[in-house]
Amino acid sequence: MKVVVLGAGVSGHTAAAFLKKKLGNKHEVVVVSPSKYYQWVPSNIWVGIGKMKVEQVRFDLNRVYHRWGIVFKQALVKAIFPEGDVGTSKGFVEIEYTCEENKGSREKVSYDFLVNATGPKLNFEATPGLGPGKNTLSVCTCDHAAHTWEELEKCIIRLKEGKRQRFLIGTGHPTATCQGAAFEYALNLAFLLRHKKLDHLAEITWITNEYELGDFGMAGAFIKRGGYYTSTKIFAESILSEYNIKWIKRAGVNKVEPGLVSYETLDGAYNTIEFDFAMLLPAFSGHGLKAYNKTGEDITAKVFAPNGFMYVDGDYVQKPFEEWNMKDWPQHYQSPTYKNIYAAGIAFAPPHSISKPMKSSNGTAIFPSPPRTGMPSGVIGKVVAENITDIIRKGVSVPRHTASMGRMGAACIISVGYGMTRGLGATMTVSPIVPDWEKYPDWGRDIHATVGEVGLAGHWIKLFLHYMFIHKAKGYPFWWLIPE
Amino acid sequence: MEQNMKVRGYKDEYYPPIPTRGTRFWRTNFMYQIYKFFRLNYKIMRIVVKGHS
Repeated sequence: MKVVVLGAGVSGHTAAAFLKKKLGNKHEVVVVSPSKYYQWVPSNIWVGIGKMKVEQVRFDLNRVYHRWGIVFKQALVKAIFPEGDVGTSKGFVEIEYTCEENKGSREKVSYDFLVNATGPKLNFEATPGLGPGKNTLSVCTCDHAAHTWEELEKCIIRLKEGKRQRFLIGTGHPTATCQGAAFEYALNLAFLLRHKKLDHLAEITWITNEYELGDFGMAGAFIKRGGYYTSTKIFAESILSEYNIKWIKRAGVNKVEPGLVSYETLDGAYNTIEFDFAMLLPAFSGHGLKAYNKTGEDITAKVFAPNGFMYVDGDYVQKPFEEWNMKDWPQHYQSPTYKNIYAAGIAFAPPHSISKPMKSSNGTAIFPSPPRTGMPSGVIGKVVAENITDIIRKGVSVPRHTASMGRMGAACIISVGYGMTRGLGATMTVSPIVPDWEKYPDWGRDIHATVGEVGLAGHWIKLFLHYMFIHKAKGYPFWWLIPE
Repeated sequence: MEQNMKVRGYKDEYYPPIPTRGTRFWRTNFMYQIYKFFRLNYKIMRIVVKGHS
């Protein structure tokens, strides 16, 4: 059997690693990814503040895949043909090589099972003027983060010259997600400037599409703390306030010009804010993969949602927020149309958001999309690999392993600064990610599993996770014992 | 707080709880944070194991 994995990020790499480990040399595992590098995205924050080099957060996949016996094709996927074409009845993907040796050449790669783990397209185009090369910066990739550090260094020089600098950090689109990463960058920036005793000249503003701070795209959470059940709104506002960071919430950034961000708020007001340095995260979308049936007819709309993410075994029937249920969320990540296709990590289409959808009085949707990065992506990748392995080796017809976001928890470690004795970390855990109001009628989640703490320990965990996950991704001894 | 709170009065950032000196001390107390390190790791491991089957 031949399993093709599209993408070598957290989810795709995890899926490929477990597929090869479990299937052995009797079966073939092929990974297709446009970049030859694996990068540990959570540590890009440290690259963006100059505490880590790009080489510390990424490595060449060729060596690892060669050692594991995985076929690696550095290429971009152009289209999926789940039914084959007139010449073959076996499904295949059409790829275009991106490596120097045969750049631009195309190939058809057949498969018995396909795992779509292509991750998100960083949709900077959705906001005019947004993104590296235009008017703002990003930490979404290690190259973006390295460029952000170069620009930050220039700001630090200006601060040292006594010039005031305005920093704007947050979400760059009305429905952007991954607030945690931008939040982490804002705190690291504040910590760095305080450490350099330049904070009195810096004005840092956090701009977000969240209804309240601490929503993080998962409708916020409650934490048992100091004798109270406290909202993450209080937790997030307290940290920002401590680090002298102002905030603008319920804001959808709609345009960026040099030094000027335009945004609309939920009350329908249009505002602008000036900046000297802006790190704003883009909206995510699918990669725009096309799908064709045997006769060459375009079946993209059948396989992919309008946002480009792939339909899986979730409940996609549109219903009001009040009727949402954790059971709407997929468990096996299997395509309902083609049972040998799975979508792992960010590539699967969420049935709806987790935060309540909000519209401004002008009709603009301003609310966070659901986060699926990090821990959920890794867990989904592993579960998809286990289910495919079961089908191939044991002949089971129904996938056994599940990983619903309505059951799995997530830990988000937000570093503040860097160093074994100086750095801090805000540790947040929630379980489940998608609130289950039937099981937990009071708070939607297991209050005993929900944590929100700030301290050195969180920072150590973040550092520990960095080295542990790089160890795991490189396939060093006992890598499979390290959980996702 | 390094900035005078009076300057922040009637702004959003004036109202959230701010850690006391005691809280800041415990955040960086080595022994206490070692305990926290293991406790938080245990909590994270629990939700990881529970999360998928």
